[in-house]
Amino acid sequence: MIEFRSVTKQFPDGTVAVKSFDLVIPPRKTTVLVGSSGCGKTTLLRMINRMIDPTSGSILIDGEDTSTLAPVKLRRRIGYVMQNSGLLPHRKVIDNVATVPILNGVPKKEARAHALDLLDTVGLDRSLADKYPRQLSGGQQQRVGVARGLAADPNILLMDEPFGAVDPIVRAELQQETIRLQDGLGKTVVFVTHDIDEAFLLGHQVVILQKGGHIAQVGTPAEILANPADDFVASFVGADKGKRVLRIERVDGQDVVVDENGTPTGVLRP
Amino acid sequence: MKWVGSNLDLVWELIVAHVGLSVPPIIIGFLLSIPLGWVANRFRISRGVILLVLGLLYTIPSLPLFIFMPLILGTNQLSSANVVVGLTIYAIALMVRSSADGLASVDDDILQAASAMGYSAWQRFWRVELPLSGPVLLAGLRVVSASTVSLATIGSVIGVTSLGYLFINGFQRNIPAEVITGIVATLLVAVVFDLLLVLLGRVLLPWNARDRTSSRQARRQAVLLAEGVS
Repeated sequence: MIEFRSVTKQFPDGTVAVKSFDLVIPPRKTTVLVGSSGCGKTTLLRMINRMIDPTSGSILIDGEDTSTLAPVKLRRRIGYVMQNSGLLPHRKVIDNVATVPILNGVPKKEARAHALDLLDTVGLDRSLADKYPRQLSGGQQQRVGVARGLAADPNILLMDEPFGAVDPIVRAELQQETIRLQDGLGKTVVFVTHDIDEAFLLGHQVVILQKGGHIAQVGTPAEILANPADDFVASFVGADKGKRVLRIERVDGQDVVVDENGTPTGVLRP
Repeated sequence: MKWVGSNLDLVWELIVAHVGLSVPPIIIGFLLSIPLGWVANRFRISRGVILLVLGLLYTIPSLPLFIFMPLILGTNQLSSANVVVGLTIYAIALMVRSSADGLASVDDDILQAASAMGYSAWQRFWRVELPLSGPVLLAGLRVVSASTVSLATIGSVIGVTSLGYLFINGFQRNIPAEVITGIVATLLVAVVFDLLLVLLGRVLLPWNARDRTSSRQARRQAVLLAEGVS
């Protein structure tokens, strides 16, 4: 469990990225922080592994205040996946994946053997192990990034818009892969995105953020769709424009579900 | 050619002396320029000041610098240390900008990722920043190498043996073949050094090499995709 307790972050240039932010992130579930750029979502994520320290307030992981923990050690037990993969260009795929275990003191041979298994886990061919990151496609690099994030078997996995830079088809693939992985591994995932569809797809808990890290609404995707807290949320999820409204039409004795444009999307079964 | 044939021993001896005179400044200059480049990048003001001041050192004429070295170092007039230290100063003057630029060339996203994974600042410098600035450092080092090999000839004017001896002796005794031999031998040393550095880069920076097979493969894959085969 990760807990934000009235966390405020003001940067040296005066910008207040996050103001008295409170949130409980449940364990073994995916929590998605979603909002437009400048809502402080990346700042919130980076405060969890102390890449950024809060100006005031505290962050607790399983009841332990992170400000009492050494940042480097803390980061080694939290997985981190970022946009554009952030792979080390001078290290082979296998060494990129094995980085954190080796930093943790696992013998090189063991770490590399485990890294090969992880390539299987994220659906990559083992033949890619000896390639350098730039020899891989964007989607493959992102998978390596996920494998690296999982390598030290962390309880917590932070994902900062990990699929923002890949094309829509690959993104859809990676999203399904993330759901599959999460079902199998049961990590506490904190996922940052600006894409509400991605948030609804991946999140058990979705946190919709406004400027300054102000929480507009927290809930399951169904709760948010059923009862948008305010006009901002309604417009953010697209409910105000009739998007996400489905109707039932009776055709030949069957209940056919149609979307806002009248396009059939499926058949209703009891 | 006749002159070369009958003086092979002398030319070889001078080449060895020249190499011995050039290698230490290249290595020491390289090693010293890295912390200087790091400090230059660390603060906004230091970058301007360090790069300007050290860069200006290169404008000191070499002959007077070598002549004054004994006064500064307290060494013997004929000591090769005078030339080695002088050449090191030039090497730093040239190299410090490359090392500052090289360290600055490392993508900030990669540094963030390295920190996020749990590299300490020290580990991040040695295992990520320094290797990734390698290509820029190598480019700078190749310039330093050529410059040092060329400047080392001046040492002969103050009595420190190098291939420059062939210029002076050939000029004084009016033997054009000797002067030309000196030029060619100096060039050869410079070219061999450069090739060695390129080779060293291939070995130490394998990730930087343009490997043709993979780009050819990528092209073929692209063609296949376009044709809808794969």
